[in-house]
Amino acid sequence: MTQPASAARKDAPMSAAESSSDSASGSTSDTSSGTAGKRTRRPALMRWDVRSLSLLGVLVALVAVGGVTQPDSFLATSNLQLVLTQASVIGVVTVGMTFVITSGGIDLSVGAIVALASVWATTVATQEFGFAGILFTAVLVGVGCGLVNGLLIAYGGMVPFIATLAMLASARGLALQITDGRTQMVTVTEVLDLGVKDAYVLGVPPLVLVFAAVTVVGWLLLNRTTFGRRTVAVGGNAEAARLAGIDVRRQRLYLYLFSGLCCGIAAFMLIVLAGSGQNTNGNLYELDAIAAAIIGGTLLSGGRGTIVGSVLGVLIFTTITNIFALNNLETAVQQIAKGAIIVAAVLVQRRTLRGGDA
Amino acid sequence: MSRTAPSRRGLLFGTAAVSAGALLTACTSNEPKQQEQPAAGNTPAAEDKPGKPVTIGFAGPQADHGWLNAINQNARSRAATYSDVTLEITEGSNDTAAQIGQVQTLINKKVDVLVILPADGKALTQVGLQAMRAGIPVVNLDRVFASPQAYRCWIGGDNYGMGLNAGTYIGEQLKDKPNAKVVELAGLDNLELTRQRTQGFDDALKNYPNITKVARQAADFTVESGQAKMAQLLQAQPAFDALWNHDDDQGVGALRAIAQAGRDDFLMVGGAGAKSAMDAIKAGTGVLKATVLYPPTMAASAIDLARALGQGKGVGGLAELEIPSSLTLYSAVVTKENVDDYLPTGFN
Repeated sequence: MTQPASAARKDAPMSAAESSSDSASGSTSDTSSGTAGKRTRRPALMRWDVRSLSLLGVLVALVAVGGVTQPDSFLATSNLQLVLTQASVIGVVTVGMTFVITSGGIDLSVGAIVALASVWATTVATQEFGFAGILFTAVLVGVGCGLVNGLLIAYGGMVPFIATLAMLASARGLALQITDGRTQMVTVTEVLDLGVKDAYVLGVPPLVLVFAAVTVVGWLLLNRTTFGRRTVAVGGNAEAARLAGIDVRRQRLYLYLFSGLCCGIAAFMLIVLAGSGQNTNGNLYELDAIAAAIIGGTLLSGGRGTIVGSVLGVLIFTTITNIFALNNLETAVQQIAKGAIIVAAVLVQRRTLRGGDA
Repeated sequence: MSRTAPSRRGLLFGTAAVSAGALLTACTSNEPKQQEQPAAGNTPAAEDKPGKPVTIGFAGPQADHGWLNAINQNARSRAATYSDVTLEITEGSNDTAAQIGQVQTLINKKVDVLVILPADGKALTQVGLQAMRAGIPVVNLDRVFASPQAYRCWIGGDNYGMGLNAGTYIGEQLKDKPNAKVVELAGLDNLELTRQRTQGFDDALKNYPNITKVARQAADFTVESGQAKMAQLLQAQPAFDALWNHDDDQGVGALRAIAQAGRDDFLMVGGAGAKSAMDAIKAGTGVLKATVLYPPTMAASAIDLARALGQGKGVGGLAELEIPSSLTLYSAVVTKENVDDYLPTGFN
């Protein structure tokens, strides 16, 4: 996301498609165990693969479509602010999801965790502690759910699909229990004020700044740290990673914790946006986050992840939704188009993969 | 790596299926709000004097949204006002098979009358028929059975009427304004009731040739979706005169988006009759000027009708000896002028 200019300098187009787009293979032994060992090593900044470039192309094309069909409203500053704001909440969730999928796992509970964290943080008793109380509770609930997920998967030996499916059900149930279906209105003005224009920093909404910060931290974590290399290694080949001395179980625990943390942050952002907490919050986030990560180029089978791709995936989805609404398209058409994009992206990914492994 | 790719892709679609299921169950009610103090103060429809004891079985769906909670509360509190009524309530469920089992349990208990708010009207038709054949009259609440033989009496809300009355109210407000523009924030498009509300609205607007509907987007009956869709609509429509929002709960989000955009150049009409909406109408300071009712008090009336059925009475005020076979509630328009009358029926 931060170095589009370097994309033009990519020097090995043939291998680019199969190598990690922006995950650092670096020179440590950790990563060499991650894949079949066919990757070429280049400085990380130059490794913008074909997929990320094509995603950027798609986004530019979408912006062009928006600009042509609705020249007055689409390119207005207020609309661009809106698109970025709407991408922020699901974007933060997607960053966490990218790590989990890169490690070969899946987290189906993100939407439910966002719902639970948002209603827990907005119940009246919590609001008495003001801004800090709401923020702290949302993050704590998110991390707590992530901890349970991580313990079940890493140390309980449960399949991620089942463990997080169970979390999906129980977190939604708990959210319903807490609210009785009622909307928990927020009365803390410091929280509400974050969502209005007066709070914008140089024209950028605070939620977008949070999204940008999480993205940068996520990118650094995945591409510049041992933690990131271990994540890729575990996803590529867990047994090899274990033999290489990585504590695979602890790594998995940390990953689901991180995903839960992202959900907690997203829940707080949603509270700012909607001015309330509701048990229906975060509906279908699991689908949106997984789809955005995969379209971005993160492998569902693990071993490769790209934060830049995920963010592009989120931006593409949000921009499409925005263009649909500006052109007043019907719900059915919107859903069909969104589904078609997911299918196309998965098909392209399989084709790329097959070519890479041949 | 590529070996496992198909199963991983399976996971994606599995997630889609699970999530879609969750969405369906989450959105089967019209109004996600709850009522703790139901409006039970109105005069009961049937005669008030104690008659022969009646046991009423009540089978409702899982109260995963507040409107359904309000339904249960209304039924309970109304039954409690009658010394001659015993209420047997089953645990609500969104699972069709489970609800069928619950109704069968009530049949086996030989309750005198059944009140059923089916999770799915079509799917519960057979068990309604079973009850009727067993000699237990059924009061069908809101979601209608597929066969008239499956119930003795139906009582429910009027979705078409909601749209019609909302459209008529907006039409009257804007009738002197040339080239007026209105915008519609609809509910969940998968539901029949959403289409009925839109149809009623469009039909009403046909009476006002100076008004054009310039945009319609559907939300999901949730605060989050209301905020997101309304924010988009406000971007798409830099100027319009009126907004019809199908649901007061997604209206909480819509009002938030309107406040965030700093807009106040139009009037807004909500739907369902949440207390927060009525409070805002009463205050009169925001864009929300009216809401069209879809009241959960219908559950209290269903208890009245069931009691009358069990005691073989008619409805007070009517000439007929029997209770009617169907009753459609009126979707009254609540404005600042009459809000005090309706505030007790508003649900949280």
